[in-house]
Amino acid sequence: MAYFKVEKLVKYFGGLAAVNGVSFEVQKGEIFGIIGPNGCGKTTTFNMISGVFPPTSGKVIYQGKEIQGMKSHKICHLGVGRTFQVVKPLGRMSVLDNVTAAAFSRVNTIREAREVAEKTIDFCGLAPVADVLAKALPIAGRKRLEITRAMATRPDLLLLDETAAGLNPTELLEAIELIRKIRGNGTTVIIIEHIMHLIMTLSDRIHAINFGQSVAEGTPKEVAANPQVIEAYLGKDYA
Amino acid sequence: MKKTPVAAIVAVAALALLPLVLADNYFLHLLILFLIWVIIGSSWNIMAGYTGQVSFGHAAFFGTGAYTAGLFVMHGGFSAWWGMAFGGVAAMLLGLPFGAICFPLRGAYFALASLALNLILMHLATIAERFTGGMQGIMIMPTFVSKVPYYYITLGMAVATLVVVQSIIRSKWGYYFVSIREDQDAAESLGIDTNRYKNVSLAVSAFFTGTAGALYMNYMGFIDPHVVFSLHDYSVMAILVAIVGGVGTIYGPAVGAFIMVGLQELFRSGFFGLFKYLGDRTGSETFTQAMEVVQHAHVLVFGILVVVVILFLPNGIVGDWGKIRKSVFRSKPAA
Repeated sequence: MAYFKVEKLVKYFGGLAAVNGVSFEVQKGEIFGIIGPNGCGKTTTFNMISGVFPPTSGKVIYQGKEIQGMKSHKICHLGVGRTFQVVKPLGRMSVLDNVTAAAFSRVNTIREAREVAEKTIDFCGLAPVADVLAKALPIAGRKRLEITRAMATRPDLLLLDETAAGLNPTELLEAIELIRKIRGNGTTVIIIEHIMHLIMTLSDRIHAINFGQSVAEGTPKEVAANPQVIEAYLGKDYA
Repeated sequence: MKKTPVAAIVAVAALALLPLVLADNYFLHLLILFLIWVIIGSSWNIMAGYTGQVSFGHAAFFGTGAYTAGLFVMHGGFSAWWGMAFGGVAAMLLGLPFGAICFPLRGAYFALASLALNLILMHLATIAERFTGGMQGIMIMPTFVSKVPYYYITLGMAVATLVVVQSIIRSKWGYYFVSIREDQDAAESLGIDTNRYKNVSLAVSAFFTGTAGALYMNYMGFIDPHVVFSLHDYSVMAILVAIVGGVGTIYGPAVGAFIMVGLQELFRSGFFGLFKYLGDRTGSETFTQAMEVVQHAHVLVFGILVVVVILFLPNGIVGDWGKIRKSVFRSKPAA
């Protein structure tokens, strides 16, 4: 039994098929990358997995359980955490309060939630800005807060949606370091990313999507050499 | 988390001792109104200020509480004090189906739905004459002649409301409420059942507002649909009280209630009788005429006040207290 699997996911918005048959399997403990050109349906796939909206058809199977169509907060409680590509900080709350709110998904008292939050903030390296209002953070901080908050819900499977976009080279290295640490912690990670350096170094396997459909899958090297992937990114002449 | 501010404890102690010193009916009446507004303002604030679900129709819950108390007397001749026990529950029972139907709406659409709820109830109370007495309203005999018992009951309820609000805000619920206000989608992704917690905040808010309504029935002895379901006297006033004092702060609505009730009375009474006094003393018509104008000017002044607060103190007096203190200190001449 696969740890996590999506089967022939399809999502129509009106007459437009944003995702039209995406299937993949993820092993426990893996870092699994998803790539594809803009608008190919990566984030839509994440939204279906995390319950933002239900798929038009297809299945999402997590630890043997079908979770498609469930509400986001239920999926979170099952152990699937996510970050948002367009960051959603709880602006008028401090970083610590943002993470504390997330920690309440596993504990009930303020004291425990604070403790979990402080540990998670230390783990993710946000301790220096713990008391800063979330809306005052620069983009790198906000991206990291997304990860920290998701980690405070103690996910078994973490979905990272372009958490490295907009980071400078130093911040990028830190992000790679952090994602490695998260995996080292026993968390399975699925990453959507455009930054090839990040996704090629981190991923154990990569899945490529184009026009809403799965086109290739394999190790980073295999996928980079796949003609369909090259066509999707660079055009037919290069394939 | 911060402790209860000393100022709040001192204020409550002072209010508790006040009738011993000053048993003047007029001032007690004003203080009772102020305390009722502390309850309504704080209730509105829980749902709108903290959870971000703005209501334009809190009179719906206030009126439901008041009518619950009134109907106990009208049908079956129970004491209106039963309303204190059931008024809040009735308002909550009204809130739950309303929330279930309307919380899928977001932002302004939800606010408009709450406005509609308010108007529907006002008309229902008017039309259902056999049950509610229609436009004639409900009149009851007050239990106490003195205002002192009412004062202490209201004070007790206002303090209870603030204590409950404070302990909710400093618990898991508080974090959830504010998370929903700040970003509903993010909150949902963090495992927060946003729909459920919006309903929880509505239930708490409706309960206390309804209890305030029942208290109002007991104290004033008369209600009719246009009094207790009044848009501008309750629904809008609840918003003003919270905005002036500070939306999303624990003590903001209490400060706002003090200012709004004070201002309203200041104008209603023509600067506490100053105009009448001057008119009598000088025998001039001008003061009498000016008084007429001033008496009707409070709505205008409320409008100006809200504009000023939104422009200069967007977080209200309590929310922007640091800012106020700073500018006051800076404007002091260097000694």
